[in-house]
Amino acid sequence: MSQVLLAGADLLGRGRADLLIADGLLADPASAAADAQRIDAEGLIALPGLVDLHSHLRQPGREDAETIASGTAAAARGGFTALLAMANTDPVTDTAEAAEHVANLGRRDGRTLVVPVGAVSKDLAGEELAELGLMARSAAAVRVFSDDGHCVADGRLMRRALEYVRAFGGVIAQHAQDPRLAGRDACCHEGAISGRLGLAGWPAVAEASIVARDVQLAELTRSRVHVCHVSTAETVDVLRWAKARGVAVSAEVAPHHLLLTTDEVVGYDPVYKVNPPLRPAEDVTELRKALADGTIDAVATDHAPHARHDKEHAFAEAAFGMLGLETALGVVVETMISSGALDWPGVADRMSTAPARIAQLTGQGRPLAVGEPANVVLVDPAARSVVDRNASSSLSRNNPWHGRDLPDPVVMTFWRGECTYARS
Amino acid sequence: MRHLLSAADLKLDEIETIMDLAEEMSLVQGRPVKKLPALRGRTVVNLFFEDSTRTRSSFEIAGKWLSADVINVTAKGSSVSKGESLRDTVLTVAAMGVDALVIRHHASGAPWQASQWIDAHVLNAGDGTHEHPTQALLDAFTLRRHFRTTEPGLLDFSGKRIAIVGDITHSRVARSNVLLLNTLGAQVILVAPPTLLPAGVDSWAAAVSTDLDEVLPVVDAVMMLRVQRERMSGGYFPTSREYTIGYGLTLPRLRMLQEGAAICHPGPMNRGLEISAEAADAANSLVLDQVAAGVSIRMSILYELLGGADDSPPPGHREAVVHA
Repeated sequence: MSQVLLAGADLLGRGRADLLIADGLLADPASAAADAQRIDAEGLIALPGLVDLHSHLRQPGREDAETIASGTAAAARGGFTALLAMANTDPVTDTAEAAEHVANLGRRDGRTLVVPVGAVSKDLAGEELAELGLMARSAAAVRVFSDDGHCVADGRLMRRALEYVRAFGGVIAQHAQDPRLAGRDACCHEGAISGRLGLAGWPAVAEASIVARDVQLAELTRSRVHVCHVSTAETVDVLRWAKARGVAVSAEVAPHHLLLTTDEVVGYDPVYKVNPPLRPAEDVTELRKALADGTIDAVATDHAPHARHDKEHAFAEAAFGMLGLETALGVVVETMISSGALDWPGVADRMSTAPARIAQLTGQGRPLAVGEPANVVLVDPAARSVVDRNASSSLSRNNPWHGRDLPDPVVMTFWRGECTYARS
Repeated sequence: MRHLLSAADLKLDEIETIMDLAEEMSLVQGRPVKKLPALRGRTVVNLFFEDSTRTRSSFEIAGKWLSADVINVTAKGSSVSKGESLRDTVLTVAAMGVDALVIRHHASGAPWQASQWIDAHVLNAGDGTHEHPTQALLDAFTLRRHFRTTEPGLLDFSGKRIAIVGDITHSRVARSNVLLLNTLGAQVILVAPPTLLPAGVDSWAAAVSTDLDEVLPVVDAVMMLRVQRERMSGGYFPTSREYTIGYGLTLPRLRMLQEGAAICHPGPMNRGLEISAEAADAANSLVLDQVAAGVSIRMSILYELLGGADDSPPPGHREAVVHA
């Protein structure tokens, strides 16, 4: 197998070194063969391949919006080498067979590792447990379970799920949304803007109250809970409290919640309709702080492609969700690196090491060291571009970053030693 | 004026122009032959995604009295469930070569979205819980006439206090009225139980009270909003009886109003719930005047949008009309 030498890359911004990729692993650069392909990585920073805890790949079921091939192509373009595919497909990933099907599609079509997330409840209905143990024992070896898109609102079901997955080291990833406080009609942050626009609001308490319950359930059951897409300052407070108590809780934030605010919905453009909704600037500030200090462990995209016609409805009736895989690192550079809130090792932790640890992916989020899997992304810290939704690898165009000037750092992505994306 | 989407789009002089023209239009209402040739050859489509007999009839009559061709298109039910997107529905109707689309929609913002997609004029005939600008205009028109009976020549509403009472959270009438009445210089007081006051109401250009008895004696007009019975099941208030006692314009409250203070209601009224029969039929009740004013105001707006000399739809649009 041919070798690739990444010459002069700055490893996590800590200093320059050559990286040799051989047989899917990182090897000693001194052992490079004479015919090794040499890539000049001068001025580029090397990071471990990014890991996304939260993607919607829409296959099976909505192949018109995204497929595993198109979604992972977008992921590779964004610097990712692994992603967790949420369970709300059609059929729902709530059985071992469904999980293995997604994993197999990933092996066949994926440009990244595709790890299925299993549903917590049958058909995401929030009533009975799905076959969590069988999904865990399956060839897909599911460890992360989530009804994402729906909250496991029933406290007893959540308790049982947390208890049950302890047997095989599973984690419940909760979409925290009290359905009584924020029902299906709640389509934007509840506040002055929702009141003025006449849109049903989604109050911050609908998130934080569920998180407050769940961290106590995790403590009670000695199990692990992961909080999906944290969107409010109140949830950050609850997480700080829980972590100080030693509760096994982890949390993620979506890139859009680090930069976009509820002001975007003023024009009723459904591209800005997302669940949980965009929040006020004060929340954005707290989320950035929490990501910087580790209260929030990881960045996860909540990449949610939708066919055009599912977004071209009145705001209240359009589908929830926005694209995120291709732009995630750019948004993190803009919000966290440029401000000095995180350094490059910090970004590597929040976007690779920590999510790999949460999802228990042993071959991902590893140090850039000899003998490790060659999952590497080369980034140009200074590159910027204006986002063009039509230039996307995704099949969908619900891109909230369209027309915005953002850092565009990803130059090359290597997964298991194969180049899965190279800037042309 | 290209579209009428929000009461906030209208400046004071524009409101006055519309109201003055509506005065002229109202003369047609008294004639045996109720027809002006102003919009002959123009096509107005009432595109209603939600039932509303009175608003649709009002627009239909207004258009017909101006000699426009008026077509009613009902697109009831969620377009999501029918599999057709809002954009498709709007483009389909617009492609028939219409000059103006009068849109009523159960979802907030739909007319605004439509105005982004098509060349025809868009008139918001009520969108979800957002706005109902023609209702606010006809309310202001009715009130101006009422105030002028004692203050001839009155131009704006400075110094006037107007209370809006009821379900502010879900009321498009309230939102448009707050905006329009402010432009006219009035002081607006919103009165509702706290459960029916929208998030962020403190940032609105209006005073807020939860005590109707404290407000009634100081206002020049009171607008009672319709209370949807389903709000009770939503837990916004315990019973209709309790609502009426707290926030209804009951007979005892009628006596708390200053002499000459006007009573308005956008209709349809729940007699006995938010308004008593005595209040609805009182001498200073303007409820039927509002309905009559609706036609005049809508004639005036249609004329403003379609009849002006500066109205020049894009070339492609006109060709579509010719080939239709």
